[in-house]
Amino acid sequence: MAEPSTPPPAAAATSGLAGLEERLFVFFDKRSRRRLVQGLLVLAAVSIPLVGDSYLLEILTNSFFYIVLCLGLNIVVGYAGLLDLGYAAFFAVGAYTTGILTSQFDWNFWLTIPAAVFFSIIAGVIIGGPTLRLRSDYLAIVTLGFGEITRIAARNLKELTGGASGLIGINRPSFFGLELNQIHHYYYVFFILVLLAVFVSFRLQHSRLGRAWQYVREDEDAAEAMGIDRVAVKLYAYVIGAVFAGVAGCFFAGKMTAISPETFQFMQSATILMAVVLGGMGKIPGMIVGALALILFPEIFREIGSVRMLVFGVVLVMMMIFRPQGIWPERRN
Amino acid sequence: MRILQVRDLALSFGGLNVIDRLSFDVDEGSIVSLIGPNGAGKTSVFNCLTGFYKADSGEIRFMDQPVTKLKPHKITQKGMARTFQNLRLFKQMTVLENVMSGMHCRTRAGALGAVLRSGSQRREEAHIRSVAQECLEFVGILALKDRLARNLPYGDQRRVEWARALATRPRLLLFDEPAAGLNYDEKERLIGLIRRIREELGITIFLIEHDMGLVMQISEKVVVIDYGKKIAEGGCDAVQCDPKVIEAYLGREDEEGAADERNRS
Amino acid sequence: MTILDIIIQQLTNGLILGSFYSLVALGYSMVYGIIKLLNFAHGDIYMVGAFVGFVILSFVSTLLGDGWLGILPSMILAMTAVGFLGVLIQRIAYRPLLSAPRLSILIVAVGVSLVLFNSVMVVTIGEYKAFPSGLGYEGITMGHVHITYTQMVMVGATAVLMIALHLFIAKTIYGKAMRAISIDMDACRLMGIDVNKIIALTFFVGSSLAAAAGVMAGVYYGSIHFFMGFVIGLKAFTSAVIGGIGSIPGAMLGGLLLGLLESFGTQLPWVGTEWKDVFAFGLLILLLVFKPTGILGRTEIERM
Repeated sequence: MAEPSTPPPAAAATSGLAGLEERLFVFFDKRSRRRLVQGLLVLAAVSIPLVGDSYLLEILTNSFFYIVLCLGLNIVVGYAGLLDLGYAAFFAVGAYTTGILTSQFDWNFWLTIPAAVFFSIIAGVIIGGPTLRLRSDYLAIVTLGFGEITRIAARNLKELTGGASGLIGINRPSFFGLELNQIHHYYYVFFILVLLAVFVSFRLQHSRLGRAWQYVREDEDAAEAMGIDRVAVKLYAYVIGAVFAGVAGCFFAGKMTAISPETFQFMQSATILMAVVLGGMGKIPGMIVGALALILFPEIFREIGSVRMLVFGVVLVMMMIFRPQGIWPERRN
Repeated sequence: MRILQVRDLALSFGGLNVIDRLSFDVDEGSIVSLIGPNGAGKTSVFNCLTGFYKADSGEIRFMDQPVTKLKPHKITQKGMARTFQNLRLFKQMTVLENVMSGMHCRTRAGALGAVLRSGSQRREEAHIRSVAQECLEFVGILALKDRLARNLPYGDQRRVEWARALATRPRLLLFDEPAAGLNYDEKERLIGLIRRIREELGITIFLIEHDMGLVMQISEKVVVIDYGKKIAEGGCDAVQCDPKVIEAYLGREDEEGAADERNRS
Repeated sequence: MTILDIIIQQLTNGLILGSFYSLVALGYSMVYGIIKLLNFAHGDIYMVGAFVGFVILSFVSTLLGDGWLGILPSMILAMTAVGFLGVLIQRIAYRPLLSAPRLSILIVAVGVSLVLFNSVMVVTIGEYKAFPSGLGYEGITMGHVHITYTQMVMVGATAVLMIALHLFIAKTIYGKAMRAISIDMDACRLMGIDVNKIIALTFFVGSSLAAAAGVMAGVYYGSIHFFMGFVIGLKAFTSAVIGGIGSIPGAMLGGLLLGLLESFGTQLPWVGTEWKDVFAFGLLILLLVFKPTGILGRTEIERM
């Protein structure tokens, strides 16, 4: 993990923003400094419930939830370079697994997580298996269709899913006898999920598999010539992304205790994708920044209300044209 | 022993026969060249051998096993590696990372190993690195290992490709025009390298090359194709004198202009 | 109703549905053929077409009265306007990214789609709008099946548009340039073809065909909505893949085929209308697995 550290080219520190980026780079070039800032951030996050009101905790919990989803989608879009437009479907798979198993079969919440992981993997393989052999852009539209299929199925399988009105009475998780029913409980639960997701993403990114994703993303033919099974590698990314969303979906269902198909529409998938692109595809801190921006922005600018998605669309287009690497700066080499 | 046997290989697109009932062998431990005028179908042969194209008919046997219907990554796993005519490096990655890609098919750590970072996974990572460094050392660019591939001069990028192919631990190495774009010194070094790959690593070499000087200097056997058909095969001297080969390259007297055109395009 | 009635009924429904799919699929396929972009915003172009047609018709019908006399000129105006919108989108959003990685331009297409349908949502406050076609239900009755003149005119209009497109592609220099660019863009540049202009023209034609379908859909269903482009975008893509993406006759054929399959498919006892979209997407996935080149798709060298 030794990152090459090269002295900054003096010429780059000209314009204001680039200059700031440059200085940050120099500052964070030292590993100890990075560790310090990371530690301070974790400390701040842990102590917020001591001072913040429930409104703030609600928003931050929601942001944490989106950070996990973004990190999951980042594996698919950022690492493997595949466009998934139906990511909310996997989140639905997790949420409905927990919802159905706890409300109708009286399962313990924690036991539904392995079940949700299992179903997410199955769903990922069913969708990814056949389409990943084809050109990557077909995947985008198939996932879009899959998102719709999942939503329609959730609406129509009334006995199981409660149809359009959804499921209610989902069991909240308990933790050693403590029922998690306060917002600060969920704040910590989702915070732990974020830490876990960051950890897993980081380890994956800096592994043999993580490199294979990058090889395939950069040049599929060359990767294949090097003996990399491009379909298997992409499927890995797709399925791991699905598992992230599935697990996040379980906790979402546990927190809300009620879910309905409309939570999982295309807009949901588009929103997550938006955050990933905004933060910077392939970059873990970028995902955190992207998800936070996505949740905080409409909270701060309440008046935008209905034009929120319109603004997102415009930002998405502008980002890709003017700053495709996202908000988080690219690592220099 | 024959490491590669090609029998009646045929490939066509859009009614055009790109490869036409082609048969030849490559002996283990030899250096063999595939030559022919531009558009003769040489790269298509490579693409069929390495699984990038699906041949219409015919058989390819590698180390006495049929590989005709295998996907590229399977063929690489079996021990046949290739380079590309136009450089196909992973440009945004470092030289070392590029070469590490070759070891992918010789290692096995998956997602779980990566997350848990188990002892075996760490040992494997270290192994991948050391093999990649050995390969870089072998082609003489170990010093450049942390540079981004796209920032290297052309000649060095070529060497990254060779190191990358070597890192797959091949038995047979397919070079698609390795000398293209190299200057005189670099070509001389390439010849040395190809010989060293065969002598020191025991890898059989099969190459496509336009530089006839280079081909005649190192090849033990030459296969000549034109319009996807084999027109000659044998030692350098025999092939050079073969009237069919001369005709293919220079054209018959009455169509000299046309043939010249083809050579240049 | 007899079996024959059902067949005639579903044949009619399928043809109408198929006409819409075909017209939208054409734009998908043309754009894909020329710059290899899956234009996710294309379904929304269809939706915008319906709304532009709606606005124009509101004015025109006060001058020319109800019925086809008002609808036809409105449709042509809407086609022109939306054609220019397509060109504008291509110019602003897609052209800067033509040489960027494929993922970038796909994401931009998603962004354009968001912009289009959210703009319409904001303007219409998300409401359904009644399309003021003023057409009656006169027509001819066969057995228990009633086919309106409106339906016949629509199928006829689609046929006319398709023939016109075919002639345009086959006979004009622009059509020839489009075909050439789809084979080798760089070579065309070297030959002095104004590639950007031809790409813009492709967007113009594709968008105006989608707009024609949008206006007709408004007339046919009687109401329009900002989200109407989403599902048809998916269906049109499915059609384009059925026919072979990049192929113009393929898009026509694929659309009609999907329309018919869907109409008849939903008659099957175990499908039902609420599963109709699942049926179409299921078909898409099966098709991509077993015949990704479609019926009339250009076969490239088969990769392993």
